[in-house]
Amino acid sequence: MFNTNGRTNKVLFFYLPITLMFMWTIFPIYWTINTAFKHEGDIIKRPLEYLPTSPTVENFVVAWNNVGFATFFKNSLIIGITTVFVVIILSTLSGYALTRYKFKGKGSFLLMLLSTQFIPRAMLIIPLFIIFKNMGLISNPLSLIITYTAVEIPFTTILMSGFISNIPRELEEAAAVDGCSKLQALRFVMFPLLLPGIVATAVFTFIYTWNEFLLALMLTNQQSKFTLPVGLSFMMGEFNVNYGALAAGSVIALVPAVILFAYAQKHLVSGMGGAVKG
Amino acid sequence: MSTKQLSENVKAERRFKIDNWIPYLFILPSFLIIATFLFYPIGTVFYYSFQNYDISAPFYNSFAGFDNFVKIFTEDKLFFPSLLTSLKWVVSQVGLQLIFGLIFALLLNQTFRLRGFVRAIAFIPWAISGVLASVMWSLMYNEHMGVFNDILMKLGIISEPQAFLAGTTSAFISVIIAELWRGIPFFAITLLASLQSIPEELYEASEIDGASKWESFVHITLPHLKNTIVLTTLLRTVWEFNNVDLIFNLTGGGPANSTTTLTMYIANLAINGSDFGYGSALTVISFVLLFAFAIFYLKITRYERED
Repeated sequence: MFNTNGRTNKVLFFYLPITLMFMWTIFPIYWTINTAFKHEGDIIKRPLEYLPTSPTVENFVVAWNNVGFATFFKNSLIIGITTVFVVIILSTLSGYALTRYKFKGKGSFLLMLLSTQFIPRAMLIIPLFIIFKNMGLISNPLSLIITYTAVEIPFTTILMSGFISNIPRELEEAAAVDGCSKLQALRFVMFPLLLPGIVATAVFTFIYTWNEFLLALMLTNQQSKFTLPVGLSFMMGEFNVNYGALAAGSVIALVPAVILFAYAQKHLVSGMGGAVKG
Repeated sequence: MSTKQLSENVKAERRFKIDNWIPYLFILPSFLIIATFLFYPIGTVFYYSFQNYDISAPFYNSFAGFDNFVKIFTEDKLFFPSLLTSLKWVVSQVGLQLIFGLIFALLLNQTFRLRGFVRAIAFIPWAISGVLASVMWSLMYNEHMGVFNDILMKLGIISEPQAFLAGTTSAFISVIIAELWRGIPFFAITLLASLQSIPEELYEASEIDGASKWESFVHITLPHLKNTIVLTTLLRTVWEFNNVDLIFNLTGGGPANSTTTLTMYIANLAINGSDFGYGSALTVISFVLLFAFAIFYLKITRYERED
């Protein structure tokens, strides 16, 4: 654009904006970590400390033991892992049916999956509360596992069918010729090749369950059954907020999601490409 | 082709009986769980919207006809203001997320050292929950310990600490900024994926033709991104309209309902649990509005699938 002064332009139109972008993204995370490692007195001290002068893990101990983040963490983990397990099995099966078979009602089923993407989740909070109340499952992790499975399956089925369509059909036929049953072919031929797709789907599902708030809030009314987001929200709403412990709790909630996301983001993007293509 | 086709036909014949049932068996669990826990509840929302339904006194529940709907349009002092707040919320979120998402994507599409690392960082907010983001931003907005007050005072922009979440205008802006932080990466990711699919030759050809960078942006990049932009803005509109996590935790809809969107209003009603029928009627209205919007939007943008 402005060839006369390339270096200035590079600074002005590239290095400056990308530095700002980086700062904008990282700063809230940095500030939370910074707060989590400060002594309680140092958090409100003026002038503000941009680096903790005497870092402490005290807040983490308080959040984990006294506030109940150990319990919230465990609840989120149980719900997340169980949901992932169920979602993977169900979406692999239905993704497989969609990719490898022609059958009556296939189009309608696909339309059913797609139309769920336009259902506002807020629409679900009232009826699901009533349904699970009638089933006696309020404050039972099962209600969240079922709900999250239902919400996630449409997308993960489409994601899985994208991954499955990338695997050549001939491999299964070869297995059938070798005397494998359909299920054996699935287990020993498809499964290993599908593993990257399964991992991406699992991470995607796990992060969703780890982060979901409104349904978890609605379907849980005992503190011992809170998930991490509900626990954080509850702590924020307290009259006397312990900011150090709140920040520490946030870091506890942050780490697993961010590590998993960083690990799987490339697979996830390529999987979405496959899903669109397939 | 013919021998392969033939052997496949023979095989297909042999497996005919079981194979006919396999796809249905495979989709059955997914079908049942979606039907029971997504479609059935949606149906009941429509049913409840015509009822007086109080969860604490279920024996007094009765058919209400259109009473709930009439009440919403005639008596409800929160309905239209919250609809307007929803509109402001959605337009500013989607508009700004699109603009900054595009800027992020264009920056991240350049070649530079540490690109993989910077990309991974730039996408992180996408993996962070609304509740977590609201904790992070509330720590920064805080009147007593917040870093924004510290920075603004050091820069001489303000003279004493502000309670950003306590003023009606500043609370709305604060919530907008925090949600932007979380929302931009979604656009950045989808637009970056789309940018990477533009053939390099197109740019080379336009450079030979003497087009400026701006001209090739307008004539090559933007048209290529159109379908992605149309789809992602539609998805985000629906999503942001229904999104309450951050508002719920940062302001709870306050102060003085200045951050109460329609969905926030419904969530408050649902959580208080007093009149599910009324809440359901509001939910039905918001669903109809969104649905009408989606159809209208796809029509005016003339969205077409790429072949």
